[in-house]
Order: sequence, then C-alpha cells, then structure tokens
Amino acid sequence: MSLDKTQVEKIAHLARLQIDPADVPEYATNLSNILDLVAQMEAVATEGVDPMAHPTEAVQRLREDRVTETDQRDHFQAIAPQVENGLYLVPKVIE
Amino acid sequence: MHTKTIAQLAAGLRNGDFSSEELTRAYLQRVARHDDTLNSFITVSEAEALQQARLADQRLKAGDGTTLTGIPVAQKDIFCTNGVLTTCGSRMLENFVAPYNATVIDKFNAAGAVMLGKTNMDEFAMGSSNETSYYGPVRNPWNTDTVPGGSSGGSAAAVAARLVPAASGTDTGGSIRQPAALCGITGLKPTYGRVSRYGMIAFASSLDQGGPLAQTAEDAAILLNTMAGFDSHDSTSIDEVVPDYTATLNDAIKGLKIGLPKEYFDEGLDAEVGKVVEAAIDEYKKLGAEIVDISLPNTHLAVPAYYVVAPAECSSNLSRFDGVRFGHRCEAPIDLEDLYKRSRGEGFGPEVKRRIMIGTYALSAGYYDAYYLKAQKVRRLISEDFKQAFEQVDVIMGPTSPSVAFKLGEKKDDPITMYLSDIYTIAVNLAGLPGMSIPAGFVNGMPVGLQIIGSYFNEARLLNVAHQYQQVTDWHTRAPTGFE
Repeated sequence: MSLDKTQVEKIAHLARLQIDPADVPEYATNLSNILDLVAQMEAVATEGVDPMAHPTEAVQRLREDRVTETDQRDHFQAIAPQVENGLYLVPKVIE
Repeated sequence: MHTKTIAQLAAGLRNGDFSSEELTRAYLQRVARHDDTLNSFITVSEAEALQQARLADQRLKAGDGTTLTGIPVAQKDIFCTNGVLTTCGSRMLENFVAPYNATVIDKFNAAGAVMLGKTNMDEFAMGSSNETSYYGPVRNPWNTDTVPGGSSGGSAAAVAARLVPAASGTDTGGSIRQPAALCGITGLKPTYGRVSRYGMIAFASSLDQGGPLAQTAEDAAILLNTMAGFDSHDSTSIDEVVPDYTATLNDAIKGLKIGLPKEYFDEGLDAEVGKVVEAAIDEYKKLGAEIVDISLPNTHLAVPAYYVVAPAECSSNLSRFDGVRFGHRCEAPIDLEDLYKRSRGEGFGPEVKRRIMIGTYALSAGYYDAYYLKAQKVRRLISEDFKQAFEQVDVIMGPTSPSVAFKLGEKKDDPITMYLSDIYTIAVNLAGLPGMSIPAGFVNGMPVGLQIIGSYFNEARLLNVAHQYQQVTDWHTRAPTGFE
C-alpha cells in the first residue's frame, strides 16, 4: 500500500493537522511503510471471527439519571486560551 | 538510604530512623544532582512534596499511616495532577495545569505518598525510546548514550538510578514492561480495567492501563494495593475484589507450570538476550517449576493489528485537542479551520501526527472494514491463543524485549524498526492480560528483562512468581554506577 502526496494532504486535512509541505514526502514514505506492515493481516482468514472491541467483553455500565457534577466553569475556564463572559472564544464562524 | 526498597523505607520511617521530610529532601537532592544527566523529570514539585512529607510525618506520628505514607514517588506526566503541570510529553500541553486529579493520584494522596514530581515520557505515550518527548530524550542510567525505553522512560530511568523509590507508568503496547526491562527494574502492567484510567490522558482507550515501576516485586505489590480498584469514573473499570497483593508473595511455586511460547524465542530475538532468559527459566526449574513448550501462533500479527487499533483510537481521542478549551493555541488564527489545523500542527510532534493520520485513514469511509474491523478480528485470534495456552499453564514466560537498550537516535527516524521493539509485549495489551518484567541479568553491562504473563486478574500470582525469583537472585538489587 503506497500513499501519494495528495492522499497524505487529504488525510492531514481530515485530521485537521497542518503539515509543512516540505515534510509531506517523508510522511508519505513513513505512512506507506506502516500500511505495508499492517497489510500482513490480509494473509489471515478471519471469516466468521467475532471482532473484539474490548479485552474482557465488558458492557457499558448504566447509572441512575441524576445530576452528579457541580458547576466548575470558572475553574475549568481558567486554563482556556481565550474566554469572555464564561464563553470560549474562537474566530468568527458565520459572516 | 537511596538503595532501600519501599518496604525497607516504610520500616525506617516507623522506627524513627528518619522522617518523611528528611527522606523527601534526600531524594530531592538526588534528583537535583543527577537529573541534568538523565532528564527523567519534566516537573519537580518540591514545595508540594515537602508539604506532603510534613503531613505524612504527622500521620505516622499519630499511627494511622499506610505502607506508602511518607514514601516519595514520581508520577508519569500522563496522570492529571490538580494544580501541577501535566504535559503528557507534548508541546500541546506545555501550559496545561490540570484542574483535577486522576484517580490514581487521589489514591496515592489518600495513602499518604509524597509526589516528588512528574516524569518524562514519549509524547502522548507514543514511542518505545522516550525520544518523542517534546522535553528532550531521557537517558538510560546504565549507559547514558542509550535509550531507557518508552513510553514510561522517565519513570524507569528515575527508579533505576534510585532518584525515587518507585514511580507510576502506563502501558498501551509495552510502555511499562519494556522500559523496566531496559533499565533493569521491576514493572507491572495489570489486567485491563484493574487500575482506573480516569484522569490518565487517553492514547488508545481499549489498551491503556496504568501500573507500578519499582525495584522489587514486593514493592510493586505494595503499590498495586494502592493503585488497583473499581472506579465509577472510568466506564471500563472492572468491579472485581482487590486482594492484598503482598499476602501471597511468599507462597511456594513448586509445581508451577510455565509456558514458553516458541514464537518468543525465534530469529527476532538477540541470542545473548535469549541466553539470559533461558538462565532465568533454569532458576525457576530449581524452584520446582515445570516447563511446558507452547505456541502462540498468531504472535506475528500482534504488531500489525496494534498499528491499526492503537492509531484508530488515538486519532479519535486526540481530536479533543482543538486549541479552544485548553492546551496549545496558535497565534492569530484567521478562521476556525486555521485555528484547529495550526494549533494541532504546532502542538503535536511527528510521531503523534503519523499515528493520528494512520488512524484517520483506517477509520475513513470505505476503509473501516479492511483495517479496523480486520484488526479487531485478528485481535480476537491473538486473545484466543492466550486463552488456550492458559488451559495448559499457569504463567507464560519469555523475553520482554528482543534486545538490550539501543543507542539514542539509532531507531528514531525509522518508525517500523522502533515498533518492532515491542514484538513481545504488544499481544498482552491486545488480549488485556496482566504482564510483568523483572531484571534477569545483563548483556554487555546492559539489563535484560524476563517477561511473565498471567491470565486475567492473576496479578497476585505474577507478583508471587516474580518475588520468589527475587529471593534467590540479586539482579534486582543491582544499580548503575555514577549515581551514588
């Protein structure tokens, strides 16, 4: 499996990662090598095998639907890059 | 004082040989003297440590302490610590002072342990050499031109150089066991779900598990007593009784059935490392253990399956780092997409970016079945191998790592070669089993680890098996020179 420059750029966009254009060829090589490693799985027959998502097959626990968290907005926003009046600030989304 | 184990230090505190404050100051001095060489700590929290030590001394005086009360420990910088910088080895969290404690941290605090600081690690725990850390590589105290292993490399190097009696680590594909092996100390990765993941910054949630790094199995048992247990804050925490792991350390192991998987002794293993591991197995024979040759036929698929499952989960987990609520934010973003892309592009290093991209690709429309679903099926096959083996044997043994510590820079630019340094540890994470690494000898002056793998929730048995070996050998007491 070999990824080209365009594919790497597309994946980086999907992952919302800025990649320096000069680094794209190296990423293409490394990612292709990793996919080659992963491709060893193709040789194994897995028809009828149950996919394993969890090591001990545990299921999600349910709990009573009641409020357990207290309001700690100011505490949590103290580490935010930019806040105003309790709101997180981001660049304008709608013109 | 610094060569003592937790068990010995706890006795010293109770005898009044020294106070926790004296002990803490002594270790802080060792960190100050030696850590410029090793770079094993990202943050040293001296003021907080001394305050915790004074409180511990009061508790000890009042006679209500635990074994860990007043004992200095270090925490891997992946565990959130309220009010103390928590970087996860990344530029992304260079300014992240966690607003809450991980459950593991709360448990150490409740036990009265003294936190000296936060240890260096591969960025977001992605690495096997500690070279992906934004805060610089950690050096192996046995030879400072070599790596300590990773990702818990700071914890392992600090314990090996006796800068701290014990430290926490996390293990997603070998990140406790491999650095423990390369640094000549004892490390335990518990069963998935045994130790709470709450507040432990997530890498691959179905694989991540916290555990202890220490000099001895006895100390690891003492630490696990504090770390293990059900936590309602972790949706995958398992509500299973926590035994006293120190209670069974001295059980005899006569008749113990040890499985040796032939796949762990094939051409990928350094011959000298293999000899050391075989000598350790011979020691177990003398203790009355029975050796059974077994096969784990899907071993060769563990690394390929892991490099789909772990990146897929990482790409999803690390999407929370968006430059909005916490962590690194780029300068003057022109729009929201620019904010995301540049904050993440600047905040993450190359290995983290590679894994996010592999995961994003594997999960993208049209590729899910070929990669993620396939990997989950292979994961089942690997897990079934172990299940069948444990019908025949009590524990499985083999090398922890195919070689001793390699040189800094040697594998840094070749991800695949780096990934293969975890060939013997990764399958254990995929299956969710507990595994240990204990010091078993040396090759050219560098430590070799023996890996011991158990069935689910058999940590007590692993610790017992490791402890019995440490009663008849002294590899675990060897410390590197130059750190006196």
